[in-house]
Amino acid sequence: MLKLVRGIRRLNQCRHNHATVIGTELNRSDPYYQENKLRMDELVDDLRQKTNDAIKGGPEQAVKRHTARGKLLVRDRINRLVDEGSDVLELSTLAATDMYKGQVPGAGIVTAIGKVYGRDCMIVANDATVKGGTYFPMTVKKHLRAQAIAQECRLPCIYLVDSGGAHLPDQADVFPDREHFGRIFYNQANMSSEGIPQIAVVMGSCTAGGAYIPSMSDESIIIKNQGTIFLAGPPLVKAATGETVSAEDLGGADLHCRRSGVTDHYAKDDEHALNVARNVVANLNWNSEQRARNQTAKVDDPIHDISDLHGIVGANIQRPYDIREVIARLVDGSRFHEFKELYGETLVTGFATMYGHPVGVIGNNGVIYSEAALKGAHFIQLCAARKIPLLFLQNITGFMVGQDAEAGGIAKNGAKLVTAVSCFKGPKITVLIGGSFGAGNYGMCGRAYSPTFLYMWPNARISVMGGPQAATVLSLIAKEKAEREGKPWTDEDEKKVRAPVEKMFEKEGRPYYSTARLWDDGIIAPTDTRKVIGLSLSAALNAPFRDSKFGIFRM
Amino acid sequence: AQQLKEEVRRREISKILIANRGEIACRVMRTAKKLGVRTVAVYSDADKNAMHVEMADEAYHIGPAPSTKSYLNATKILEVAKKSKSQAIHPGYGFLSENVEFCEKCASEDVVFIGPPPTAIRDMGIKSTSKAIMSAAGVPIVKGYHGEEQSIEKLTAEAQRIGFPLMIKAVRGGGGKGMRIAMTEADFLPQLESAKRESLKSFGDDNMLLEQYITDPRHVEVQVFADMHGNAVHLFERDCSVQRRHQKIIEEAPAPGLSEETRRAIGEAAVRAAKAVGYVGAGTVEFILHRQTHEFHFMEMNTRLQVEHPITEMITGTDLVEWQLRVAAGEQLPLSQEEIIRRGHAVECRIYAEEPRAGFLPRAGTLHRLRQPEPEEFVRVETGVREGQEVSVHYDPMIAKLVVWGRDRTEALAKTRAKLSEYQVAGLETNVNFLLRLSGAKAFVEGDVHTAFIPQHELELFPKSDSVLSEDRAIQATLGHLLSSQVANTTNDSWKGIAVAPEGWRPNYQLKRTIPLRFDEKDLSVTVENTSKHNTYRVQVNDGEWYEVEASLQHTEKGLRLNTLIGDKKSNVGLLTYDQQVHVYDENGQTVVELPRPKFQAASGADAAASANSASSPTPGILERILVNKGDKVVKGQPLFVVIAMKMEYVVRSPRDGVVANLAPFKLGDAVGKGTQVVMLEGDS
Repeated sequence: MLKLVRGIRRLNQCRHNHATVIGTELNRSDPYYQENKLRMDELVDDLRQKTNDAIKGGPEQAVKRHTARGKLLVRDRINRLVDEGSDVLELSTLAATDMYKGQVPGAGIVTAIGKVYGRDCMIVANDATVKGGTYFPMTVKKHLRAQAIAQECRLPCIYLVDSGGAHLPDQADVFPDREHFGRIFYNQANMSSEGIPQIAVVMGSCTAGGAYIPSMSDESIIIKNQGTIFLAGPPLVKAATGETVSAEDLGGADLHCRRSGVTDHYAKDDEHALNVARNVVANLNWNSEQRARNQTAKVDDPIHDISDLHGIVGANIQRPYDIREVIARLVDGSRFHEFKELYGETLVTGFATMYGHPVGVIGNNGVIYSEAALKGAHFIQLCAARKIPLLFLQNITGFMVGQDAEAGGIAKNGAKLVTAVSCFKGPKITVLIGGSFGAGNYGMCGRAYSPTFLYMWPNARISVMGGPQAATVLSLIAKEKAEREGKPWTDEDEKKVRAPVEKMFEKEGRPYYSTARLWDDGIIAPTDTRKVIGLSLSAALNAPFRDSKFGIFRM
Repeated sequence: AQQLKEEVRRREISKILIANRGEIACRVMRTAKKLGVRTVAVYSDADKNAMHVEMADEAYHIGPAPSTKSYLNATKILEVAKKSKSQAIHPGYGFLSENVEFCEKCASEDVVFIGPPPTAIRDMGIKSTSKAIMSAAGVPIVKGYHGEEQSIEKLTAEAQRIGFPLMIKAVRGGGGKGMRIAMTEADFLPQLESAKRESLKSFGDDNMLLEQYITDPRHVEVQVFADMHGNAVHLFERDCSVQRRHQKIIEEAPAPGLSEETRRAIGEAAVRAAKAVGYVGAGTVEFILHRQTHEFHFMEMNTRLQVEHPITEMITGTDLVEWQLRVAAGEQLPLSQEEIIRRGHAVECRIYAEEPRAGFLPRAGTLHRLRQPEPEEFVRVETGVREGQEVSVHYDPMIAKLVVWGRDRTEALAKTRAKLSEYQVAGLETNVNFLLRLSGAKAFVEGDVHTAFIPQHELELFPKSDSVLSEDRAIQATLGHLLSSQVANTTNDSWKGIAVAPEGWRPNYQLKRTIPLRFDEKDLSVTVENTSKHNTYRVQVNDGEWYEVEASLQHTEKGLRLNTLIGDKKSNVGLLTYDQQVHVYDENGQTVVELPRPKFQAASGADAAASANSASSPTPGILERILVNKGDKVVKGQPLFVVIAMKMEYVVRSPRDGVVANLAPFKLGDAVGKGTQVVMLEGDS
């Protein structure tokens, strides 16, 4: 009966929307499904656990000290800054995990997109409970990444500054290079020149370089007896000039609001400052250039239950499944207008809508052959011409290898796909839902192809090739070398070569290794994927849809 | 009588002036419109945009807000009547409705006064006269002495004859002034002295009357109607026993628990009373009724249409204003006594802007929100104000009357409570909660009503639990606040983005926030954590237990409603967020929970400026005047000195309370720079 009702509903929707409803009813008692679900559930629980640990911020003592001063914790600040009930797309919450001596949760900085008076804003907020909010290399990278997103998407930037500046022991890795600390101010200047508002709220110290964050902003707010801005703090001043001065007198709210003019708004406490920041946003006269083309009035949820994704995908990336089952659980009404369904079948391409907005979906159903690469390149050109954002669902072991493939021009055909991906200038959102290996990563818009946003599922794996393949390659080389040198090659030797390689690939291929290094914008649960894509798309569409000009396609 | 009849027949009433305001003016106009009679309103400054002005066919301004200068200005009102060519004036109740002089003036100006003849008003206005007339007409009056002789000896002798407890009342008294009760004979002389003194002071006359005092009686009144043809009928009785500050708040018809015999007797007595004074029009004969014996005694007669007349209309199916107009036009009463049939039971609640917990003190202010029950066949909502209008300090703070009819008393009370709970008022405190509690109080439901009902049932009517916010309520207020501000954000969205419905989503963790609340001067906090389930939250009040709560908003014609499932309890309550308040409405009425203003708003806005300790010149300029001397005590905001710059005069005021420690060595006429300290306060750094 239920099936019949669903069938009728689908039929109606088909007629209405001219797109086919895809996806099948799954047998949820199937042991395969059950096992997949169990494993993915574990991965998601683990992800949530890790996230909840990370958002606690610094050590308990530091948190207590922070709140005892009447300061709000960083996420509470963000909650007060954004509209009540606003979704907050926090990025790279697990950045810097296991990278430094002593943990630096989230790299000591929170970057998030949230709505202030209905406008998408990029919020960059130091967590002073984590090593005094100082900038580690990953902190810089995360800050710059947030600015890059803001610049691309034209999002007003709100900096909640509460930082001791560069983490001095790491100065060589945070100060001098192109993508280091100085780039923050370079970005501020350039964004401001492009008309992207830069707003700073000084909620703690802004010392030395940090002083430029409010100074480079279009408008800035400072909290009395709490925020300070100076190029050198009292100890350094004492050392340099012998002058004895308190921090507040040297660079407090009164000084900067009344005398120096470095800050524009005077606030009494965190809550006040955030309230002023909201008012600043309200007065931006900021009209989004959002291009919501063909947006349908009513948004249908997918017909199929999104939680099925756990049972479909599971944790074992070697288990195949039909990518359409995934698409069916992400797009509006599970409607998918597939393009070239019968050609290059290992790459699935087609049109759908997400929250009413058109998207072009590209998903993997196996290794990429020449035909699949050609189809993908064609499809991307269609989306570019029609100004439709792209969604890549990446689960790829790579391009086909072997003599037939090479002879068939897999290299030039793969290059066409890579060219198309590279030159597509509209919003691109990539989700690594499984494997991301080798050139497959390139063709499917990996990090190097500047997707507007890139997320990973907790089951995903990313590396130049699979661990066992790498081990095989290396052990073959070792074996050949041994043979050349006339040395014996035992199973034992092979194990000795393989084991560390496999171990290394396993470690470095894991999503937590990736997300720690900001190879992605965060690990997301499969069930949150629709929401995340929606919010990402919403953010991306604040910028005009740029025209794409493609390079030479080798024919 | 025949002659009178001839005369009144000629009277055509096609346009009336309503010398009143508020709900009664509107009420009269409704009937007038029904009868095709044009209406003229009068209004004071305060009522320029009032409902009665809008409803009328014409409206005239008659003066400033105080009623003595507007609604009591007889000359002005009569002028308007002439100017507007109104043939008659309906005085409503209060104001000029029982004013003999006005009544006479109307007659002399040949304008029909819709009410009784002046003689009846005068006779009934003087207590001793009215009692004498009633006594002569065989209407039972309270045992007492209303004689001319006022010697102490005579009064003492009469007191002994009547017995104790005894009431001593000023003959010209009113409103409880010049009234004393002597519980025993020993009390008598001192109480008499005291009453005389007060009466002399208030009324310039110390004549007293004595009456038997009946403890906690019932107040039962009979609606009577008489025409100019000598007909008089009654339309049964009303019970208005339950009062606060000697004013009625809830009335019902018929009076509960009366035997048919008593009912008939009291009705007939009222008709006799009306006839005895040659009454014409609508009047009410008030009796006090002994709670146990149901013996009744004449108390006074109100020579006007009363506030609570609708309950009589409900049980008799009549329109008393229509009757008034017909009688004033010289027609006979529409129904004879036999034709007046009593059906069911009606209850009236008076919705007042007042604070029951503070001794029912009246409140005035703007009705930022006024949602009332929808009128239906058996539900009348009589109101003269609308949302956004003001309840003025100048007039009665009554917002509305809710009149409900049921087949019997039980049904009428149940409906009354249901309808009361539909009231949503914000901006002013009202007695709706109190009325709900009163109409549900056990003794009230049992019909055990009397004039001391409220003090006697104080504990039940004002329970201690009122000052405690239940956890459920705290949760509803918090989620209501959060969800409605979420909606406000969505609808304020200045552009149509991608339609991702906001739900406080966070990646891989849950939004959690603590909302401070204030209720009855006490602070509390509610922590709300989102969950992965749609519309479901984990909620904790203070440090209490965590609840899983489902909550969603619903937009209805009657405003916002909040559905919650807390534990196993599902509820649907009315919700209103207003200013820094969340109002929750349910069957027990309104709960107002405050959202404390953030700290930064609580302090004065000039705080930033005040942090400057010393008084310095805000601008470069010429020192014009110094207004203080060394050693002077100054208060915050007091002018200290004056600087002239660019033709502007800047008065520099003291940033705080303090003592002038020193003056800078400037002479008047000296140039001072920006930020130059001219006056130093003690403690300045």
